[in-house]
Order: sequence, then C-alpha cells, then structure tokens
Amino acid sequence: MIVVNTETIPGYHILQIKGLVQGNTVRAKHVGRDIAASLKNLVGGELTGYTELLVESRREAMARMLAQAQQLGANAVVNVRLATSSITSGAAELYCYGTAVIVGAESPIEGLGK
Amino acid sequence: MIALQVFFQIFIPLFMVLACMFIGKGIELHHFKKLAEREQQLSGIMMTNLKTIPPQYANAKPFLVMGSAVMATDYFKVFAAGLRTLFGGEMKSYVTLMERARRQAVIRMLEQAAQQGASAVWNIRYETSTMQGQQRKKPGGVEILVYGTALK
Repeated sequence: MIVVNTETIPGYHILQIKGLVQGNTVRAKHVGRDIAASLKNLVGGELTGYTELLVESRREAMARMLAQAQQLGANAVVNVRLATSSITSGAAELYCYGTAVIVGAESPIEGLGK
Repeated sequence: MIALQVFFQIFIPLFMVLACMFIGKGIELHHFKKLAEREQQLSGIMMTNLKTIPPQYANAKPFLVMGSAVMATDYFKVFAAGLRTLFGGEMKSYVTLMERARRQAVIRMLEQAAQQGASAVWNIRYETSTMQGQQRKKPGGVEILVYGTALK
C-alpha cells in the first residue's frame, strides 16, 4: 500500500476514489513514565518516554486507517493528515485520516515494473 | 520557626530556579550543538512544503515519513514565563524550547527518509500539541510532529 500526504502520486494515475478512511487511538501513559517526566520537568530536555508512546500510538492509528483502506479494496492512501489532541490530563488522542484510492500506472507501457 | 518557614518558602524555590537555570542552560546548549551536527549530516535531503511533485520525480517511489519529539519545560523556564505574563512580551525561554523540539522532530523525519535512501521530502506539515502532566495547571511538555512524503 502506498501512503503519501500529497494529493497525487508521481508516476501513477488515480483511477478510482474510494472515500475517506481514518484511524484513531487514545493512549494513556503509565505512572512510571509520569514520574520520570515530572523529574525531567525540573531541568528540561526531551521526554523520551512520551515520544516513544506517541510514536507507538501513531503507528496503531495508522494501522487502523490502512485496515479500513484495505477493506475498501484500495491500493493507496493519499493526502494523509495527522492530528493530536490531549483530551484529559495524562491521555492523548492520535488521529489520522486520508483518502483511499485505487491507482494505476500512468502509462501502461512505461509504468511496467513499478 | 518563622525563619524555617521563610527558608522553605523563599530560599528553596529560589535555589531550585537558579540550579535549574544553570543545568537546563547547559543541557540546552549541548542539545543545540548536537542538533547542528546532525542537521549538517542530513542537509543533502531537500525539504519543501509544496504540494505538487514535479515530473522529474515521476519514477520515484513515494512513502510517508514522520518524526516527533516531546520536549519538557524546565523549572526556570516556567518561572521566567510566569514573570513575563505580568508585563507581556516575547517569552524567550519558550521560544528556544519550541525550536529544540521542532529541529529534533525534523531530524528524526529526515533520518527516516535517509534510511530508505530518499533524496527529497515534499509536502511537509507541522503539528503542535501540548502534553499535560499529572498536575493540570502545568503543561508537561510540547509535542511537535512533522510529516511529509519522501521521494527516492
């Protein structure tokens, strides 16, 4: 599956638009990480625990979106957007959405083997 | 008794602010140095937020890359920003915080692109959000997310 955040994919034609697909997840970080983070808040610096958590959750949200696209029979998702919001203290929502499409090679002869 | 109270209420916070100022500054300078080094190494990849990909990349294989960083505020920065809210003006202490987070996130994204041999990243988007700590009032840190389409 090709995933891009541009409206078109170079070398491909959009043959059919399957519609909006989306995936989200709400994650809470655990207490151990919170304690480490509050200590980090004294001197500053990167909160690696949170970064990891968000990367993990974003992958999860993305996987849900791709599963939806697969169900629609799409072979690419274009114009992907990612959004983050903190809903309560200690929890974050990761949301991603895009348009599922079926793409084909731009010209049948040149596009072979892509 | 009163002397002890004064000690706890004034000197300890003051000491914390000063200590965190020096330690935090040191960490920040070190981080900036590392960021500059890494940026130099990754400067070969072109970045743009243009939407349309020019035809020269027609044979490129596109894929999504992203990078993120959560950066914590420090005790001194919160204190300095608190003072700023009295008079208004630019919160310099938070400007460097955002810069660090943003540059770190961009570097992570570029690393991902470089790993798969990309030469350019198009349609770059930035996303900012705050991560709240357990105490409601203070933000635990800011999260910066950068993503774009990498082209081989």
